[in-house]
Amino acid sequence: MATTSRRLLMLAPLGLAAAGGAGFYAMLRGMGTGSYDPKGVPSVLVGKPAPAFVLPALDEAGVPGLEDAALRDLPAPVLVNFWASWCVPCIVEHPQLMTLAREGVPVFGINYKDKPADAAAFLARRGNPFLRLGRDEPGRVAIDWGVYGVPETYVLDRKGIIRWRWPGPVTPEVLQQDIRPLLRRHA
Amino acid sequence: MIAELGHFSLCLAFALALAQTVLPLWGAARGHSRLIAAAAPLAVGQLLATAAAFAALLAAFAVNDTSVINVVQNSHSAKPMLYKLAGAWGNHEGSMLLWVLILALCGGAVAGFGRDLPGLLRARVLAVLGLVALGFLAFVLATSNPFGRVWPPAADGQGLNPVLQDPGLAFHPPLLYLGYVGYAVTFAFAVAALLEGRVDAAWGRWVRPWALAAWCFLTLGIALGSWWAYYELGWGGWWFWDPVENASLLPWLAGSALLHSAIVVEKREALKVWSVLLALLAFGFSLLGTFLVRSGVLNSVHAFANDPERGVFILFLLLFYVGGSFFLFALRAPSMAPTGMFAPLSREGGLVLNNLLLCAMAAVVLTGTLWPMFADLLFQQKISVGPPFFNSALLPLAAPLIAAMAAGPMLAWKRAKLWPVLQRLWWTALAAFSAFAITLAYAGWRIGPALGFAAALWLIGGALADIVERIALFRRPAAAWSRARGLPRAAWGAAVAHAGLGVSILGMAGMGLATDRLAAVTPGQSIAHAGYEWRLDRVEDVIGPNWTARRATVTVLRNNAVVTVLTPERRFFPVGRMNTTEAAIRTSVGGDLYAVLGEEQNGQAVLRVHDNPLAPWIWLGAAIMALGGALSLSDRRVRVAAPAPRAAAGVKV
Repeated sequence: MATTSRRLLMLAPLGLAAAGGAGFYAMLRGMGTGSYDPKGVPSVLVGKPAPAFVLPALDEAGVPGLEDAALRDLPAPVLVNFWASWCVPCIVEHPQLMTLAREGVPVFGINYKDKPADAAAFLARRGNPFLRLGRDEPGRVAIDWGVYGVPETYVLDRKGIIRWRWPGPVTPEVLQQDIRPLLRRHA
Repeated sequence: MIAELGHFSLCLAFALALAQTVLPLWGAARGHSRLIAAAAPLAVGQLLATAAAFAALLAAFAVNDTSVINVVQNSHSAKPMLYKLAGAWGNHEGSMLLWVLILALCGGAVAGFGRDLPGLLRARVLAVLGLVALGFLAFVLATSNPFGRVWPPAADGQGLNPVLQDPGLAFHPPLLYLGYVGYAVTFAFAVAALLEGRVDAAWGRWVRPWALAAWCFLTLGIALGSWWAYYELGWGGWWFWDPVENASLLPWLAGSALLHSAIVVEKREALKVWSVLLALLAFGFSLLGTFLVRSGVLNSVHAFANDPERGVFILFLLLFYVGGSFFLFALRAPSMAPTGMFAPLSREGGLVLNNLLLCAMAAVVLTGTLWPMFADLLFQQKISVGPPFFNSALLPLAAPLIAAMAAGPMLAWKRAKLWPVLQRLWWTALAAFSAFAITLAYAGWRIGPALGFAAALWLIGGALADIVERIALFRRPAAAWSRARGLPRAAWGAAVAHAGLGVSILGMAGMGLATDRLAAVTPGQSIAHAGYEWRLDRVEDVIGPNWTARRATVTVLRNNAVVTVLTPERRFFPVGRMNTTEAAIRTSVGGDLYAVLGEEQNGQAVLRVHDNPLAPWIWLGAAIMALGGALSLSDRRVRVAAPAPRAAAGVKV
């Protein structure tokens, strides 16, 4: 082996380490500015309006159904929450949704792959936080939104642009650390 | 007061580490023998100061001193004492303190056990260890002080993540850190060798015991972590290719390669550059793991609280140590010429193959772990690299490695003949092939487990054949016992460690045939699974020291005879407001019966029952591997190179 190529070969570890280091540094910078977020599950819909849909109401709930037209030109940012009566984390997040509803934050619900009677029983027992509630019994609309599973929550700004997506229950921490700042920012 | 003393001790340790770095290096460069001799006492002093700081933190946790922020955030008066103490290293700050304590222990061990090392080499090694300690002590003091106070004191602590309240996990970090940080010693030896510009047989001989010790601890630490994930997380799996698991596997792979290439350096003065690079890599991977876990750049169950500021600090430490040593490597390594020549088919050749394959495996794991992060950074793409990638990419590398593992120790140095080796292994090959065929016949077309059973028998049989040959059991049975006693411990160690890997693979192959079933049952009903009847008898409330739980009683029957009674639990920790699942496991030689209690609704309880054939052998195999390492470490040759501590009072390993 020629000496120069041998020397270059011995430089390879340093070069790889430097490249890796630069990448890690960019990640850390990005975490500060928000451009790199390892925990975020991105949605292709973030930054875009909600896809077109029309969902029937749940009669027992006494609130109107939900369609995409209801998500344009709003007086305040809204939450859209996908839930089901059979979903245990939905019970965990329910008190937080009730809190928001009491404070006057519009929370729209999409009831996912549920029997109307079960969904009604759920709301009758735990309270109804939803201003509007659409029934997505076949789960089609959830597919258009790219829902991973219930519960899943979206924040839409006043123009109806999806700003944030949270797969998983809205715990008190998520409410305090993510949702409230978002609502303030887009108010 | 105690917390302030701890903080002061830590500052003292920093000052001593500074002296431990500068004075010996200065002395070595200028030939001042007194400065060179100062290295060992300074290392011991730094160890004492760091140990005092750690003891202060333990004391704060033991008495639940709620004026210390770290205690408030991570402890609670209702916790059992073991977990109060374990809480001291169950958080970012405390675990960093444990990290520097173990690093100081390594320095103390080199000072104590390394009396036969040449003075210059020992001084340089200790100086490099001091330099590593310096950076991490600065990190702890500047960004992660565990002794911060809060005033007024909190009424009580906020608890510890209940998933971590487990004896397995209490000892998992210390063992793992002993392994991770242990590679700092081999790193220091490599850097010292680069500084001196010389690597010879003696270097290989000195570095090997440290590589072995770190490897043993890392093996145990990884196994304990995997075992914990198996019984605590309740998912029924034992390895998830989680980025942090991978980060612990990387130094293990590089360290295993180092272990083997150091033999070649010692015996034949070849693979010198390669061994130095492996020593740098093993510690570099350890640091990479530290960075990944603590900077928050990846998403993992293991990750500590994110803090980009801390991440930048660790990144600069990482770049300084890894980049600096690689720079030195690029400067000095080209002039290190190999002296020992060997044919491709020889013991050395086998060890080279081992090194290449282990490094290729490390490269695969590294790529699979980092690629999603870099894809996110460069292309804004969220991808996840999961078991299918790792399994399919590692299998073609593991297969030849395992095939060569049984034959390698039987090859002669310099130039070997393959035929005699194959003659000794034919019955092992026959056993492996039958295992393959029998698995396919009974379990259906399951290539993975079938290959696994074959590999397991091949390794265990190969280790046996090696020992049988060395003690001439069949050729001269009368003298076999005395030959066995005369056989170097290193030979026994290698055979035991290789067989241990075989035992682990046996367990993994068994787990490849594991089955599970999920069902909602009311008390009195049964689930039929894996030839057993799993009958749910009742679900009741139980109260523990700092939790309440729902406990199911599941009677497992086979042919109407009771096999065992399992009591899986779902625990609720009021302080942390968290639920944990406690899987109930009945372990036997043949495998585990494993039951997990899920949600309850309308009088029905969700039960998940697993039949995990041979599962416990995975971790038992790892323990056997570590035992093999320890046997090798107790070899007389190693002790001659690094004699027992005569007067190293207070220095433990």
